[in-house]
Amino acid sequence: MLQIDCPWCGPRAETEFSYGGEAGITRPRDPDALSDAEWADYLFCRSNPRGNHRELWNHVHGCRRWFGVERDTVTYRIARSFTLSPPDSDPAVGANPESGSAETTEQDG
Amino acid sequence: MTRYSAFSLLRNALSHNRNWRAAWRSPEPKKSYDAIVVGGGGHGLATAYYLAREHGISNVAVLEKGWIGGGNTGRNTTIVRSNYLWTEAALLYEKSMKLWEGLSQDLNYNVMFSQRGVYNLGHSLQDMRDIERRVNANRLNGIDAEVVSAAELGKAIPSLNVSPDARYPVLGASLQRRGGVARHDAVAWGFARAADALGVDIIEQCEVTGIEVRSGKAVGVQTTRGSIASDRIGVVVAGHASVLAKMAGLRLPIESHPLQAFVSEPIKPVLDTVVMSGAVHGYISQSDKGELVVGAGIDSCNGYGQRGSFHIIEHAMQAIVELFPIFSRVRLLRLWGGIVDVSPDACPILSKTPVEGLYFNCGWGTGGFKATPGSGWVFAHTMARDEAHELNAPFSLERFTSGALVDEHGAAAVAH
Repeated sequence: MLQIDCPWCGPRAETEFSYGGEAGITRPRDPDALSDAEWADYLFCRSNPRGNHRELWNHVHGCRRWFGVERDTVTYRIARSFTLSPPDSDPAVGANPESGSAETTEQDG
Repeated sequence: MTRYSAFSLLRNALSHNRNWRAAWRSPEPKKSYDAIVVGGGGHGLATAYYLAREHGISNVAVLEKGWIGGGNTGRNTTIVRSNYLWTEAALLYEKSMKLWEGLSQDLNYNVMFSQRGVYNLGHSLQDMRDIERRVNANRLNGIDAEVVSAAELGKAIPSLNVSPDARYPVLGASLQRRGGVARHDAVAWGFARAADALGVDIIEQCEVTGIEVRSGKAVGVQTTRGSIASDRIGVVVAGHASVLAKMAGLRLPIESHPLQAFVSEPIKPVLDTVVMSGAVHGYISQSDKGELVVGAGIDSCNGYGQRGSFHIIEHAMQAIVELFPIFSRVRLLRLWGGIVDVSPDACPILSKTPVEGLYFNCGWGTGGFKATPGSGWVFAHTMARDEAHELNAPFSLERFTSGALVDEHGAAAVAH
């Protein structure tokens, strides 16, 4: 079982969390402008790397907040947790809580 | 290939079993092949076998990074069934079921296919409605299926707790009598031996490290044993599909997850069928050696580590012990994980790709073993003719763009 470092609650067991998939996927502001292939890529395609993976977790049985985790998908070792920027801080991003703008929002967990 | 028979058993017994020949050769890779299959699991070997047998393409290499039968083929819970809800999926898995029924004879190798029946339990009124719907859908597609009441279940499987006050009350089940289990290793070995006999080169310890694409066409692969040219490359690597796709500049709608299974110590015959429960995430059968073979669900997060989290094991075991209180003191012997390639609609991708001459067979998720012969059969057709067979046409990569998904998630009797 993973021990995940919630940025607000500290290290907790994996069973307290729910997984949210790959981080950094932002909903396109104007879906109508996309081709079917681009929309399909946004909806379904994932990088699914063997190695370092940035992913979303929600502390459902704790503070119920979303945050990011950088984890190795082979060793399962977690490098760090990071917080996400508020939804309206980046005008390029719609309602998605994940902005991926590393400089301003990430912090070592 | 020397045929296996009662006579060959006797002859070899007389020479103290010292003269059995290796089941397949270990050739050095040639510079080029008419077709390359990347991945020497059951699906890849079946693809090579049917390429040679059905389409006359025998100058084929199967490239396996480890050893034959060391990946998911040797890591599954060996269940075979074809009771899928949607017609597209049902027909594909039923093709496979028909091939299973003659496979030992076809391959001259006993794959120990045992049609001992597969029960899918229902634990709620909604489960039972879904089961009736699926059973009717199966029958309309010519697939055997029955609805079984809790009372009948109690008689057929005495060790199953069907009392109304059970933690997960069993209200009934669907039953596919033609379903069952097969010996997973034998499936890999049988296909390897039969493909080898038709001229296919099975090359183990040969990892593909790159796919060469020139002006939109696949022209070969780089491997740990040198470059190999071919203008027809089929990738059948389950959990590593995304890694191979990236080598050709493609992105797939696939995520890899660990899926765990475990076996108990061997006990006397106690369970003569297969019992699955999607609602409580556990499935169980008893192997010919007497081990209880138990399968769990996937870990939620992505993983390539061939091991999963303990709470998943605990969850599956809780369900099994509640369903079969008699197993509460049976000890587990081994547990392991495999990496499964989960697609958004829990259906496989058997498809051409935007790269000419490059084909992908992946996305089987947690349920690929049952499809081994059928998957190879349709994929060989796709590779040989450069077009999908009507059975795998609905399972193209294109469906994620067109939106024509075959949504078996939650529809096909068991958690995928």
